[in-house]
Amino acid sequence: MSTLENGTHRSPAIHAPGERQITFGQAIREAIAEEMARDESVFVIGEDVAAAGSVFKVLVGLLDEFGPERVIDSPISEAGIAGIGVGAAITGMRPIVDIMFGDFTTLVMDQLVNQAAKTHYMSGGKLTVPMVLRTTLGASRRSAAQHSQSLHALFSHIPGLKVALPATPYDAKGLMKSAIRDDNPVVIFEDKMLYQEQGPVPEAEYTLPLGQADVKRTGDDITIVATSSMVYVALEAVEKLDSIGISAELIDPRTTTPLDTDTLVQSARKTSRALVVDEGYQQYGVTGEIASVIADGAFYYLDAPVKRIGAMNVPVPFSPAMEDLTIPDADYVVETAKALCG
Amino acid sequence: MSETNDTNPSLPDLDAEHWLQAYEQMVKIRTFEETANDLYTSARMPGITHLYIGEEAIAVGVCEALRQDDYITSTHRGHGHCLAKGAALDKMFAELLGKEAGYCRGKGGSMHIADQETGNLGANGIVGGSAGIATGAGMSIKLRGTDQVSVCFFGDGALGQGLLYESMNMAQLWKLPVIYVCENNQYGEYTHNSKAAAGSMVGRATGFGVHAQAIDGQDIRAVHATARLVIDRARKGGGPAFLVCNTYRFRGHHVGDIDRPYRTREEEAEWAKRDPLTLLEDWLLKSKQAEEHVLERIRQEVKTAVDDAVAFAEEASFPSESEVDNHVYA
Repeated sequence: MSTLENGTHRSPAIHAPGERQITFGQAIREAIAEEMARDESVFVIGEDVAAAGSVFKVLVGLLDEFGPERVIDSPISEAGIAGIGVGAAITGMRPIVDIMFGDFTTLVMDQLVNQAAKTHYMSGGKLTVPMVLRTTLGASRRSAAQHSQSLHALFSHIPGLKVALPATPYDAKGLMKSAIRDDNPVVIFEDKMLYQEQGPVPEAEYTLPLGQADVKRTGDDITIVATSSMVYVALEAVEKLDSIGISAELIDPRTTTPLDTDTLVQSARKTSRALVVDEGYQQYGVTGEIASVIADGAFYYLDAPVKRIGAMNVPVPFSPAMEDLTIPDADYVVETAKALCG
Repeated sequence: MSETNDTNPSLPDLDAEHWLQAYEQMVKIRTFEETANDLYTSARMPGITHLYIGEEAIAVGVCEALRQDDYITSTHRGHGHCLAKGAALDKMFAELLGKEAGYCRGKGGSMHIADQETGNLGANGIVGGSAGIATGAGMSIKLRGTDQVSVCFFGDGALGQGLLYESMNMAQLWKLPVIYVCENNQYGEYTHNSKAAAGSMVGRATGFGVHAQAIDGQDIRAVHATARLVIDRARKGGGPAFLVCNTYRFRGHHVGDIDRPYRTREEEAEWAKRDPLTLLEDWLLKSKQAEEHVLERIRQEVKTAVDDAVAFAEEASFPSESEVDNHVYA
């Protein structure tokens, strides 16, 4: 995988030589550990989060550092632990609810959609729900249809929720810390294929705002908007496009709600073409919303229709021969971009 | 179907003043609900509402055993819980009428009244939807190391919801101070519980090892005595409890459910003989703890307060248009 430059919102110090490299998973763990040390009200609850350090081993060491009162192994009761998160959040805590696979978030829908998302509004602003729900997205682990989906669009649809989907270790740490400090329910989707991906993360304290896109590469001919796992697919495509003389700008929104519409529209106005890539199902997916935002905001500057690429509209199949067909790949992004620029 | 009532624990040593206060709370709820019905039938209230009439002894019996800093979660049939926990009449009516002066600035309405100052974490439009929230409040109490208690009110309809069982399981695993109060009013919307709940209601909790009792929900003395025991037990770290309070929804599922074809008038008349207000009145009079004129004075004072609150609510302003997208995010 190619390494990423982080773009516009990185402080200069981050580019200092000899900077520490850690993995995406370590960045998540570090963010949670720092916030737990900083704020006693933060605790983690989920299946296999304590003794096992989570099934993806992201939370290893938290139990030793903070003890079983604050790193809590729960029964396999997704709705129940999400509900516990909501109730604890309303009464002064900052829970981090761990739902190991994004596919299992369907089990917490009422607690997130009808409870967490609406409590602040329905109470006229009196109650707040400062909780984080961590979960995963992404196919290609040969895990079949119930352990491979990217369901962030479901939550991006709901007013009252925030949705973050970081692509780099740097973004993962900064967004996780902000999510924990945020007074709203925030759902964080982590690509389970990225946990071992390394990247620069400074030792010094930092946070990243929720709702600020990052320009991962600057370019002039086409804007490629990509999220989470698809940032790396798009980056590979950007490099291939570069080699044939097409200069692409790569933007990662980093959060789908709130969405940094200004950065997306400004880039599309500059390049006059836009392509949106996301691993969620294409039908009614976040690609549709982002493409619409760009079409509305940059219509008179565009030389081509905004195109979008999502996952194929099929349940994710098991066999590698089929699974790989369902996910956007760099060659398809390149071909689509070339057609737009033709 | 009702669960067989357990033998009531001996009554706590409470003086007449205490019972008169409980009576006033029950009368307040009854009068509030009758007035809400009038507001609906005279087209002065938007939407519909679900009346708590007939079940007053449960909310008051339990909440009189709570402190102000204890938590409750409530249901779509929640006015009684909110008032019993200390909500003010004027802000309640203002919310029912969608006014800015209401508890939720007109954004919640009848089914979503929340008031953190009295520990009310919110009524809930999803049947059983607050089981997790009440349990989470219990988790929060444990983590913060206070001696508060969290009470989850729900109807027998919620016995069909899996979240309740996930929540009770965890409450018992972690000895959380949560009291699950099942108001067994016999009907989930329009369906009798004999068609909805198999087996034992109490057994649903004892299977988890949760302390469980069935009690006469029409008798505030039985409710209050039992509530005090399980609340004190939870406060001291004894863990959760589950109370099945056998009761009856005297009115329809909501104010528009007036013909009630799913049940007989004879059944209703039978339950009406055990009106929780009448039962308390009779006991207070027979035991010579109060005279009729005292009870009448309470009823009149409540009526005046309710009338004043309705007048306040009707005169209050609707929220401005700018309010509509305020409070989506904190």
